Amino acid sequence: MNKLLTVSPSPHEYSRESTRKLMYGVVIALAPALLATIWFFGWAALIVTSVSVVSCIIFEYLIQKFILRIKPTITDGSAIVTGLLLAFCLPSNLPPGLVILGALVAIGIGKMTFGGLGNNPFNPALVGRVFLFLSFPAQMTTWPLPGGFNASFTDALTGATPLSILNENYDKAGIDVLMSDPELSMPGYQELFWGNMGGSLGEIAAFALIIGLGYMLIRKIITWHIPVSILLTVTVFTGILWLARPEANADPLYHLMTGGLLLGAIFMATDYVTSPMSKKGMIIYGTGIGVITVLIRRFGAYPEGVQFAILIMNAFTPLINIYMKPKRFGEEVKNG
Amino acid sequence: MLKTFPKGGVHPPENKISSGVPIEAMPLPEQVIIPVNQHLGAPAEAVVEKGETVKAGQIIARSKGFVSANIHSSVSGKVLKVDKMPDASGYKQTSVVINVEGDEWLETVDRSKELKKNISLSGEEIIKKCAENGIVGMGGATFPSHVKLSIPQGKKCDVLIINGVECEPYLTSDHRLMIEKPEELLTGTSLLMKALGVNRAFIGIENNKKDAIDKLKGLASSYDGISIHALKVKYPQGAEKQLIKALINREVPSGGLPVDVGTVVHNAGTAFAVYEAVQKNKPLVERVVTVSGKGLDKTLNLLARIGTPVSKLIEYAGGLPESTAKVVNGGPMMGKALGSLEVPVTKGTSGIIIFRDEESRRKEKGPCIRCARCISVCPMGLEPYLLMTLTEKELYERAEKDRIMDCMECGSCSFTCPANRPLLDYIRLGKAYVGKIIRERKQK
Repeated sequence: MNKLLTVSPSPHEYSRESTRKLMYGVVIALAPALLATIWFFGWAALIVTSVSVVSCIIFEYLIQKFILRIKPTITDGSAIVTGLLLAFCLPSNLPPGLVILGALVAIGIGKMTFGGLGNNPFNPALVGRVFLFLSFPAQMTTWPLPGGFNASFTDALTGATPLSILNENYDKAGIDVLMSDPELSMPGYQELFWGNMGGSLGEIAAFALIIGLGYMLIRKIITWHIPVSILLTVTVFTGILWLARPEANADPLYHLMTGGLLLGAIFMATDYVTSPMSKKGMIIYGTGIGVITVLIRRFGAYPEGVQFAILIMNAFTPLINIYMKPKRFGEEVKNG
Repeated sequence: MLKTFPKGGVHPPENKISSGVPIEAMPLPEQVIIPVNQHLGAPAEAVVEKGETVKAGQIIARSKGFVSANIHSSVSGKVLKVDKMPDASGYKQTSVVINVEGDEWLETVDRSKELKKNISLSGEEIIKKCAENGIVGMGGATFPSHVKLSIPQGKKCDVLIINGVECEPYLTSDHRLMIEKPEELLTGTSLLMKALGVNRAFIGIENNKKDAIDKLKGLASSYDGISIHALKVKYPQGAEKQLIKALINREVPSGGLPVDVGTVVHNAGTAFAVYEAVQKNKPLVERVVTVSGKGLDKTLNLLARIGTPVSKLIEYAGGLPESTAKVVNGGPMMGKALGSLEVPVTKGTSGIIIFRDEESRRKEKGPCIRCARCISVCPMGLEPYLLMTLTEKELYERAEKDRIMDCMECGSCSFTCPANRPLLDYIRLGKAYVGKIIRERKQK
């Protein structure tokens, strides 16, 4: 019995969860939305998504290898998630050059300048998306209509998104009037649910995003606090506006299913690194995102505000972490 | 819905491999090493000398001060030496080494199997018996039982809790004791109730020990005031504060003791030891030790004499397998890895767990992805990721404010971290520094 034994402090047992498994779990949760967008946008969706994912991985590798000179960690899956999320908030006809530029900003500026995974204050995919949105507003707001694999890549039919139609018509016409106007061709609730409409790649199909949410909740990748508080806040806020003046506003259901709200609430706002740690903090963060989103949508110049709402609340995350502590055990003495 | 504690907790693989193996008396070793410090508090003082002949049950080290415990010889034989010997922590400490000759016990010890249910002693006498016979908490913390039973002035206790949770994976010593010695255990519980002057006792058992729950439930009706409660399986339910919360929904204040909320918690193994000490006048000289591990041919629940070298237990279980990389004294979540197997079983040794190579390696750590899993599993409501960072940056004042001293080192955070960060290692370091700062402040 003269064997050398390993000595280490407890615990001696570890869970099987790992960063990599969590990241690939998010990738799996994004798969239904990916399939839906390929169904509706065909090759265009495949090209934008693969260019985005591949360039995110390559940029992460190059920066880690040649600038930071550390061991590349591209296999941890976080670059794939960033690539997918970036692609999911781009229009299907965005030229590959711009997609690559977006990926460079997302990974290079959004993530690596701060020290890589775990250190970035803002969601990298959204940093890339907002950079493209502000730099190339024309290309970023032209939304091809779904054409499946038959649509040609260059001259697809484009149309206004429901949110931009709403944005032009607040205070002028209610949602029922707009939806019954054949010239506007506003998608109905069914089309919003299944995703048969123009829009960014990943945000069109509500059902696919909800499947992803269900998967992440069951697999315990995320908790309900952030998505539910965002969606609930948006429902309540737009509900009040709608009930007060139905002739000038859209109903909550329409708001929930249009634009990037579901994609943002389920996949972007729940990014571990940039969201608060305590449950209380998550709810404050989610509520903030919900309020800012509706404020921008309804009263701002842009038709959609989820991306800015998330980035603004990302900035508050460190502050929320400092003030919103979990409830300590034994803090208040309760005798049952 | 089964009761449990509401905040945090994890569910490590249970691996209760030895739960069906009856308790077996381990043959006497040739030599025992009995440290004089097997409990929390002041070490006892050796009262035997080299060459002296001792009997099993004879006192060999006397407690020094109130928070201390007597130590008795677990065997009969000749004292080889009283010397510094390494114990399970790896440090050397004064121990009485006895060469075993025969198995002769003190005449006062009743070693018959006969069950003695009648309680003839008063509460004070029961406490005195516990102190005399060196009874300490057998769940691992080894706090002297007579101290716990003496309620401080101005405090009140209205309910006794018996901890039969055994939430650590692998360990089955309390489980077997509850199945095989239920009447003794219940009588021990009644003795503890009398000592505390309470008329209610709750026995909490996790629901993965259904046979023990059924057995005790069937018998408890003939004991006044004792009720058996099945608990949802969740680690660390056996932690005192968590068990109190689960059973009677009272929250022990930060820095406080169970008696602050009117309760005292004793381990199931301790209740059995109290029975033996009071009813049979038998000192704490042997205990049930689980010997388990996935690489072992057979797993055991051994009734081993205190002082038996760990190597002898493993030998008895078929020897150390070739695949062994780590041997843990206690459970895998809170137990200590042994550097040498020539250390003795003590009053707090609940199990010896043998890990194979692939089970004993830590995985490479990655950056914190701020997933907040460590926060959601912390049963004390702390922020392990933050406490680690504060310790790394030597910001001990902030660590103290963020309640680093509330950490009981259950290891749930390190267990659950997907980036394999050594959270508890750093928190322990931080606690040591913060503890030093607090002590210095008090001295001023």
